[in-house]
Amino acid sequence: MSRAALLVLADGRFPAGGHAHSGGAEPAVADGRVRDADSLADFCRGRLHTAGLTAAALAAAAAHGLDPLALDEAADARTPSPALRATARKLGRQMMRAARATWPGPELDALARARPRGAHQPVVLGLTARSAGLGPEDAAHCVAYETVSGPATAVVRLLSLDPFHATAVLARLAPELDRVAEQAAEAARQGIDALPAASAPLLDITAEAHAAWPVRLFAS
Amino acid sequence: MSVRATARLRAEPDGRDGTALPVLAGEGPLALRRTRSPQAAYARVTVVGAMSAPLNGDRLAVEAEVTDGAHLTVDAAAATVALPGPRPDADPSTYGVDLTVGEGAVLHWLPEQLVSAHGSDLRMTTRVRLAPTARLLLREEQILGRHGEPTGALTTRLTVHHAGRPLLDQQLAYGPGAPGGWDGPAVLAGHRAVGQLLLADPSFGDAPLPARLLGPTAALTPLAGPAVLVTAVAADARLLRGMLDEAMRELLDTLKA
Repeated sequence: MSRAALLVLADGRFPAGGHAHSGGAEPAVADGRVRDADSLADFCRGRLHTAGLTAAALAAAAAHGLDPLALDEAADARTPSPALRATARKLGRQMMRAARATWPGPELDALARARPRGAHQPVVLGLTARSAGLGPEDAAHCVAYETVSGPATAVVRLLSLDPFHATAVLARLAPELDRVAEQAAEAARQGIDALPAASAPLLDITAEAHAAWPVRLFAS
Repeated sequence: MSVRATARLRAEPDGRDGTALPVLAGEGPLALRRTRSPQAAYARVTVVGAMSAPLNGDRLAVEAEVTDGAHLTVDAAAATVALPGPRPDADPSTYGVDLTVGEGAVLHWLPEQLVSAHGSDLRMTTRVRLAPTARLLLREEQILGRHGEPTGALTTRLTVHHAGRPLLDQQLAYGPGAPGGWDGPAVLAGHRAVGQLLLADPSFGDAPLPARLLGPTAALTPLAGPAVLVTAVAADARLLRGMLDEAMRELLDTLKA
């Protein structure tokens, strides 16, 4: 594998549109559930072990070579919120454009043809990793990291939180990120029926509330 | 001293617009009673807890099959309380529910709450297979701790397939030993009662309901397949049941209209 390819894919400046999303942090800040670095850390940890693990395993499975269309269906079943399904597909479509420009390949072309309006983002990311010569752990690391870096970056803007403090939150989560990525890759190697489905009730509920806000800073 | 018990039931059309129960077999702590159904087409079965269960180490299972065209309601006489039991070194208890609903068949699966008592450790698994024209109303409620006590360890997995394809797959993990953040601002934020109400009906395939909020901590969401899910969190069991009951009434009225 190429370590540099992993850096390119995981870079927040990779043009896949993730910066416009708070990962549920915007409604959490509005409700007062996230108000400082400690509650941000707790939010990120909860998201990492639920939606993060589930998404990381889908990405690892796609990178491992499991059928991306079956994984896309599995992702739908793991995403009861239509607002979050729409977000995942929109981000998947943007990721697909970036992926086909950076690491083109026949598997990406086939998925783009089968899901012209976008497949779930973690599935596309996993297939992108595969096309870049990366492995299931790499894909899982990318997704697990995005799960927490998105909210951390958003909360810097939403709460004027000190960016040093937000980055320290991410650094302290690093050992848990590694464990989640390992767990995701291990499940992916056992096949689609072994994929986790960890979910977070409040993320699902508040995603629907947030989608109905007339004015918001982040798309999700 | 741990208990292994499997209760089995099968519902079939009785040929007179009603539903017969050719298999109705409880075991150990899982006793099954045929009770009077308010609707003639439906058979009704009430799960009556014959003893305290599950204790850590117990292995309980319920298998229910609703064959083509049958109508079945399953409810319960009381909440299920997961308890630690006498042995501190016991394995976690497991509770597996396996439901199959055939063509044109209806299952209302409406147990009482699952209460995770302090010191208990339960893995609950619910698997549902729906035929293409099957209908399902399913409620699950997890209550974290009896009144005023910390919760036990509880993981639940709900996996539903419709016409052989995944419709809903959800896993929840709370309490001691659960991954970090389970009680934090992304997952429960201190709420102690969590519920799901799933209504699967082929008519939602052509006319999905729109998503909407049912209050600040509950939402009704159309799934990618022909079903809607109500997800709710609340401070306690009574508030949770109130939210789910109201949602259930509205949903059943929508289907009748």
